[in-house]
Amino acid sequence: MATSQKGGKATSGSKSPGGSKSSGSRSAKASGSGSRSKKSAAPAPKTSRTGSAATAPKGRAATAKAAEKKEHPVERLAVRAKGEDKKLLLKLYEDMLLIRRFEEKAGQMYGMGLIGGFCHLYIGQEAVVVGMQSALEDTVDAVVTSYRDHGHMLATGMESKGVMAELTGRRGGYSKGKGGSMHMFSRERKFFGGHGIVGAQVPIGTGVAFAMKYLEEPGVCVTYLGDGAVNQGQVYESFNMAALWKIPVIYVIENNKYGMGTSTARAAANSQELYHRGQAYGIPGMQVDGMDVLAVRHASQEVLEHVKGGKGPYIMEMMTYRYRGHSMSDPAKYRSKEEVQRMRSEHDPIDRLRQMLLQEGHADEAALKEIDKRVKEVVTDAAEFAQNSPEPDESELWTDIYTADQPPQAAE
Amino acid sequence: MPTNILMPALSPTMTEGTLAKWLVKEGDMISAGDVIAEIETDKATMEVEAVDEGTLGKIVVSEGTEGVPVNDVIAVLLEEGESAGDIDVEAQKEASPPAPSGGDEGSGDSEDAATESKAPAQAKKQEAAPESEEPAPEPEWDGPTKTQTVREALRDAMAEEMRRDSKVFLMGEEVAEYQGAYKVTQGLLDEFGAKRVIDTPITEHGFTGLGVGAAMYGIRPIVEFMTFNFAMQAIDQIINSAAKTLYMSGGQIQSPIVFRGPNGAAARVAAQHSQDYANWYANVPGLKVVAPWSAADAKGLLKSAIRDPNPVIFLENEVLYGQSFEVPDSDDWTVPIGKARIVRPGKDVTLVTHSICVGRCLEAAEKLAGEGIEAEVIDLRTIRPMDTATIVKSVKKTNRCVSVDEGWPTCGIGAEIIAVMMEQAFDYLDAPVIRVTGKDVPMPYAANLEKLALPQTDDVIQAAKTVCYAD
Ligand SMILES: Cc1ncc(C[n+]2csc(CCOP(=O)(O)OP(=O)(O)O)c2C)c(N)n1
Ligand SMILES: [Mg+2]
Repeated sequence: MATSQKGGKATSGSKSPGGSKSSGSRSAKASGSGSRSKKSAAPAPKTSRTGSAATAPKGRAATAKAAEKKEHPVERLAVRAKGEDKKLLLKLYEDMLLIRRFEEKAGQMYGMGLIGGFCHLYIGQEAVVVGMQSALEDTVDAVVTSYRDHGHMLATGMESKGVMAELTGRRGGYSKGKGGSMHMFSRERKFFGGHGIVGAQVPIGTGVAFAMKYLEEPGVCVTYLGDGAVNQGQVYESFNMAALWKIPVIYVIENNKYGMGTSTARAAANSQELYHRGQAYGIPGMQVDGMDVLAVRHASQEVLEHVKGGKGPYIMEMMTYRYRGHSMSDPAKYRSKEEVQRMRSEHDPIDRLRQMLLQEGHADEAALKEIDKRVKEVVTDAAEFAQNSPEPDESELWTDIYTADQPPQAAE
Repeated sequence: MPTNILMPALSPTMTEGTLAKWLVKEGDMISAGDVIAEIETDKATMEVEAVDEGTLGKIVVSEGTEGVPVNDVIAVLLEEGESAGDIDVEAQKEASPPAPSGGDEGSGDSEDAATESKAPAQAKKQEAAPESEEPAPEPEWDGPTKTQTVREALRDAMAEEMRRDSKVFLMGEEVAEYQGAYKVTQGLLDEFGAKRVIDTPITEHGFTGLGVGAAMYGIRPIVEFMTFNFAMQAIDQIINSAAKTLYMSGGQIQSPIVFRGPNGAAARVAAQHSQDYANWYANVPGLKVVAPWSAADAKGLLKSAIRDPNPVIFLENEVLYGQSFEVPDSDDWTVPIGKARIVRPGKDVTLVTHSICVGRCLEAAEKLAGEGIEAEVIDLRTIRPMDTATIVKSVKKTNRCVSVDEGWPTCGIGAEIIAVMMEQAFDYLDAPVIRVTGKDVPMPYAANLEKLALPQTDDVIQAAKTVCYAD
């Protein structure tokens, strides 16, 4: 991470092109290490900050810098893809596509009345969770998120079938049909929910990370929260404790521009820079193009190095976008169709990657089609399973309220 | 096989809508995610996205059609190599699944759709959520005892459990260096160090949630609230996260956590610092609620609470901290959660109580005995799950019952006990059950008013005489 930056915007080892340009490239601005943006209205605090970021490995910094020079998002992806394994690139594509297709199917099944209640789709935001997860250590690092959780579960390796069957409220679901769309867990995949109260997952994720540190395990807990959730009081209570006790937690703000019908600008002070929200606690922050799966992956690698190095928490603000309504019955009066259309046609994370893979010869049409087909099969199977799995037995009404079983880690 | 595109339900309550506009025409290639049509309901206009890819073979419902039922086929999609001749709309129509139910935020008509009446079944199943196991019988203690205050007993319980299990740790405001706001945690920092005895910032919502997350991961926090008045800041995490996650996860995620601290009226601290929360937490399935009176029970129950894999609310009482009792002199001795104790046997009237009111009931029983009334005093010790069997058994003998607690009367513990009597002991009652409670007012500061607001020994005596028709 840069330690001093001219022009205000620090970066993950590089400067964003034309620091004062308003959009276009939204990659990797950083705070918490002596940097702050000109846009910020408040005077810069004089206190020198603790917990400043780790220095990015040289090679990656150079890549990031080179990527920022490119005007076109696909070209930026191409630069970032240099040095990445082809297999990995295709896996990123497949993982994002799985979430996309899964969510489309869920939307369809909701429309058919097979899924009830709330159903918050993740379409548009796939690069965030897939990019983050690609840098995490499988079954070592934990994940906690809000109710918009299907993508996170699939990314951690939870089975499509079990997730879809939970959406339909069936026996084969991860929570035996008792949790629904917003409440699923997998101890095995270290996924600690699915939480329906805006902001409540933030102290919980902090606590999971606290426990990892207490047990002297090497993991971190990635705690996702929305641009709306970031205004909740308990978020700051968590920031304070996480920084105070150097808890290995990464806060990933998924800034999809809206909390239900309220744009970030109408809800958050200094809404351009949510990644600065940890400044008062000395928590470094970074803004990342959340529509660029490799930008996310590389930022995540860098942040993990910091957090796993025992330096305490980090805040990542992912600039992303949800294409669908907040949940299923959102008339979306708060934004224009053109806005949604522009994001879809110009910034779609999956299209971008697909184009890059073809353009750079990482894959041909046939190979991608093969992936498309595989993903479609997984989703079709999941949908079938979710419709055929029986409803929970009525006796389940009375189970799992109390338990006599000790949790695995807590058993003596 | 051609794929049917169905009229989607765009809100939980939508049954039909207007197909306002087609944005594609027959013969167009469509990919998943493309917006293909617009639909209007009384509430909103929304877009329909394609879920599958293919060529739009046929538009079945033309634009402008009103009252199109949800799940009707509105168009047909062809895969590669198929032609419009493959389309057989009627055959596909049958398979329409049912209309959706359930609520949705922002749609204005949330929640109610899901609350179908289950009344007949409910009448039978009115008991509280079952515990997974019967509580183990309480071990008899005939070994040596020592005289201890409740404060010391609580500290010993924590220290013993922390020695026994390295995953047990304590966090809260002033628990470490200051040795506890009420000196309950005296000496713990010295023995266990700052890793396991943690001073938190004044941040109840945050550290409660952090504790719950740590418990979910698998370590065992004891969270001390300086008093339970401040736990209101954190009650969302206690109820929504700690109590419900086991259920919502289908049994996967336990929350082995203890929330403890003084509860109920203290002396002269006025309304915001004097309130009894026993009935608040006792209302919640997933929580266990314990409120001991004696030092022996305080120690034995706190040890059980720490070992329990469920979240336990452990309600102490500031006024009791300094009172001394005989406590079994052993590190292994525990008291099972969910068992009441008959503190004084009697045959004429049952006094059901807990926490500080046990002392007042014993005083009352003593005085009543002088007037020829033998009162049986039951210390509930655990509020949830409540040991109703012990109460019912006693009332079958005495035929009279008075409940005594410090909380507000409305929907309080007394109300619960009266309901239990109606359901399980109606035929044995010789008089209506009376509840003695705190007065239905915020706690006043003035000494004389405060005394009036709390149930006193004389109130208990009066109530006992009333149910014995001894006035
Ligand atoms: C404490 C609380 N208040 C309100 C709600 C209702 N609610 C659910 S989601 C939401 C918007 C949150 O937006 P954001 O944090 O940006 O997440 P996003 O939905 O965009 O992923 C609101 C207000 C809630 N679930 N919890
Ligand atoms: Mg949002």
